[in-house]
Amino acid sequence: MSKGEIVLGALAPHPPHVVYAENPDQNEPVSEGGWETLRWGYHRLARKLETIDYDVMVVFTPHWQTYVGTHFLGVPRFSSKSVDPVFPNIFRYNYDLEVDVDLSEAMCKAASDAGLITRMMRNPDFRVDYGTITSCHMMNPRWDKPIITISSNRNTHYYSPEVMIEQALALGKACRTAIEDSGKRVVLVSSHSLSHRHFVTESPLPEDMSKEHIYNHSQYVWDMALIDLFRQGKMREAIDIMPEFTEQTIAETEGGGLVWMMGAMGMPEYPAEIYGYQSVIGTGNCIAAWVPHSDKREIVL
Amino acid sequence: MDHDIIKFGLYVPPHPHPLLSPGASKGYQRLRDAFDTCRERIENSDADLIIVYSTTWPSIIGHQFQANPNSEWVHVDDDFHYLGSMPYSFTMDSVFAGACVEKAKERGLQARTVNYDAFPIDTGSITALSLLNPENRIPATIVSSNMYANRSETIVLGKAIRDALTEEKRKAVVVVVSSLSNRMFTEPIDPSEDRIHSQKDDDWNRKILEFFEDGRLEDLSQLSREIHGQIRVQKVVAYKPAWWMASTMGQHNNYDGEVLAYEALNGSGGAIIQLTPSVGSIGDKEFDEDDVEYYRGDRNVLDQGGV
Ligand SMILES: [Fe+2]
Repeated sequence: MSKGEIVLGALAPHPPHVVYAENPDQNEPVSEGGWETLRWGYHRLARKLETIDYDVMVVFTPHWQTYVGTHFLGVPRFSSKSVDPVFPNIFRYNYDLEVDVDLSEAMCKAASDAGLITRMMRNPDFRVDYGTITSCHMMNPRWDKPIITISSNRNTHYYSPEVMIEQALALGKACRTAIEDSGKRVVLVSSHSLSHRHFVTESPLPEDMSKEHIYNHSQYVWDMALIDLFRQGKMREAIDIMPEFTEQTIAETEGGGLVWMMGAMGMPEYPAEIYGYQSVIGTGNCIAAWVPHSDKREIVL
Repeated sequence: MDHDIIKFGLYVPPHPHPLLSPGASKGYQRLRDAFDTCRERIENSDADLIIVYSTTWPSIIGHQFQANPNSEWVHVDDDFHYLGSMPYSFTMDSVFAGACVEKAKERGLQARTVNYDAFPIDTGSITALSLLNPENRIPATIVSSNMYANRSETIVLGKAIRDALTEEKRKAVVVVVSSLSNRMFTEPIDPSEDRIHSQKDDDWNRKILEFFEDGRLEDLSQLSREIHGQIRVQKVVAYKPAWWMASTMGQHNNYDGEVLAYEALNGSGGAIIQLTPSVGSIGDKEFDEDDVEYYRGDRNVLDQGGV
């Protein structure tokens, strides 16, 4: 068996608005579009993924929040309906997806061997979170590959951003070991926004783009500072400023997704591919990808 | 008077153990027994409505009121999925939920009802309604906890709900779903060895329980920011349950309080408390926390007993 590898890692924000705007058959509400900059960026990334050979998508989500360790999906198939508790008016999505339980178990064991608290999630009634569904739908709307979801342990609030970073890096390294041992080709997905201050009102038509803008200029400047580091391939620096970034912009990075992915990918020193940046209900969202094989790497935007 | 629209208030914990695994520890069983006592008290009252304020249902777009007349699904908790599934079927009072939204808007709040098939009702609300109102004998509504709302918004939310209760001539039991101290153990524990996470959390919880027992709800409301700093993991902007409970039930200290149970739930402080609006109990309280609308000069504290 050849050694498994990570073929791409994506920062893939999951505001349900982008699925709503796409009007897929699976989602009940109907829209007139909206948030094209993000959606077209996702389309471009999805087209690239069709040219890359991979076996499974592994998603780290901040919307499966666990306090007692890190949990991994451990049921082969989930078929249900996901209704967003915060934006139920725009996201009521019927899903039917498969999980690579073997790799999930292997990652869970590797993380446990590394000293992290872990647990497999075996309850077939469990509803897969809308963050996972949104990111996966946008990256692979055909849903023809199995996925794995990893929960986000709430270290930032329970301890500190620094503790979160230590644990997320250790989790990333353990996942990489399990991936390499599995012989599989894997796409990693860090599912979250950057700056994360929302407007608390919504226009009568949620997709009214004349109302959409970043919550304030400070959030924008911070987002751009981080994206600039992505472009320059300075991920060590990006992780170093993460506690400050997260505090200043109440960023969704607090869940640890990006740190986990960078830990798994060995802290890339090459430029990220940038697919788009746009606000959604005031939050800052960037689609970016890190591609280890330089012959597959592009300048997108 | 408060007791015309609010029969009594309950403060209950959000974790599913009393519903799913009461036998796993003596403490969980005591919580379950207290839930059962409260269920009987609701049945023996003439309440015609349950209003749940759940700290485990966050919202962003203002305040959401659950309005699906038949809210049905099978829920699984994010952390405690191994304890089992939580099937539910709840009767929601969509008319009252609509009235709350109208009154909230009149008071300047953003609010909406939610009425969607398969809406994910949260663990805390499911645990409370399953144990307190298992046969859907009376309808309910659930109100979300806005992530960004602070004191003034939460106080106004409670007042709007009072407006709706008064106008609709309802008799409600209000239920706050929240831990006291909310720090849990972050490693698996043996349920039979569950305990409050730290001595400090336990000390603060017991002080809060003294206030509840004395019926000093407004005093607790005033202490909310201190409580948040001392024993709450900083997940949200503030500790809001006492603000909401006080503004919904009446912002004063004139209650009969009873602590039915206080136990650890995976390290967090789980208490079941009943507060009943009272007309007596002058003598041991300062009665200096009226919700003053007009200044009418200095008050004779002894005259203010029957708020
Ligand atoms: Fe999110």
